[in-house]
Amino acid sequence: MDAVIFYAFSALVLTGAIGVVVFRHPVYAALSLVTTMIAIAVLFLAQDADLVAIVQIVVYASAITVLFLFVIMLLGVDQRETGPDPRRFQRGAAYLLGAIIAAEVLLLAGREWAIGTAPGDAPLDDAQGGNVRAVAKVLFTDYIWAVQVVSVMLVIAVVGAVVLARRSRQIAATREREGVPA
Amino acid sequence: MTPLLAGIGDIGREHYLVVAALLFTIGAVGLLVRRNTLIMFMCVELMLNAVNLTFVTFAKALDDARGQAIVFFTLVVAAAEVAVGLAIIVAIFRRRQGVTADDVDLLKG
Repeated sequence: MDAVIFYAFSALVLTGAIGVVVFRHPVYAALSLVTTMIAIAVLFLAQDADLVAIVQIVVYASAITVLFLFVIMLLGVDQRETGPDPRRFQRGAAYLLGAIIAAEVLLLAGREWAIGTAPGDAPLDDAQGGNVRAVAKVLFTDYIWAVQVVSVMLVIAVVGAVVLARRSRQIAATREREGVPA
Repeated sequence: MTPLLAGIGDIGREHYLVVAALLFTIGAVGLLVRRNTLIMFMCVELMLNAVNLTFVTFAKALDDARGQAIVFFTLVVAAAEVAVGLAIIVAIFRRRQGVTADDVDLLKG
């Protein structure tokens, strides 16, 4: 059963990923991305990562992808890439580099890792509260400062996004003067 | 488990690591090949997801919840990256009506 789940959803992960790269239409690529995300969530579940799997679906498969679709629709760029590639050699170079990267990471993945043993003080399954409690315990004890820093970073990112996406008054005024439609 | 599946039924750490490696490669190649900035962002997401899968795999192999806790930090970085990145794309689109990476090759507006 483990094997069936693994092979089925790994195939789905890789098919979805190839779809993201291959589809010319950005909306299809975004939907392909959802397939990959949900299949990865299943692979997380198969490895006892309950909390991470649910967060993967809520954040990646829903929030981030909706944001992508929203921007695609907002900008009306749901069409194919236009014009010929001005830098043709890039494509060949990209495939060559991709082959090198694949060889490297596959070599790394297939190696026997000298990972030693974990301290054993943070097992995946807490006896009382399962995986959720185990992860929360680590996040709010060992990594409490990292959590604080990361939340500040998230606030900065959101403020930055608002500042960037707001239509600046100065630019609008300049455009009006030059007669460019805003 | 049926005897047919018994031979390939040993799903270990390496299996997941290989899937993560392939996913990372597809993301990297997509980032280099595609010219639509939105799809380039999606490819970055694929690469980040490959890293997350590796973290979860090692967490399972070591029976250590810290590996899963790290995934949350990757997730936050990905969310921040998407928020800021898409805002930049919207700002660029306002100026030059396109989201192709090759259109934006000058260090000036």
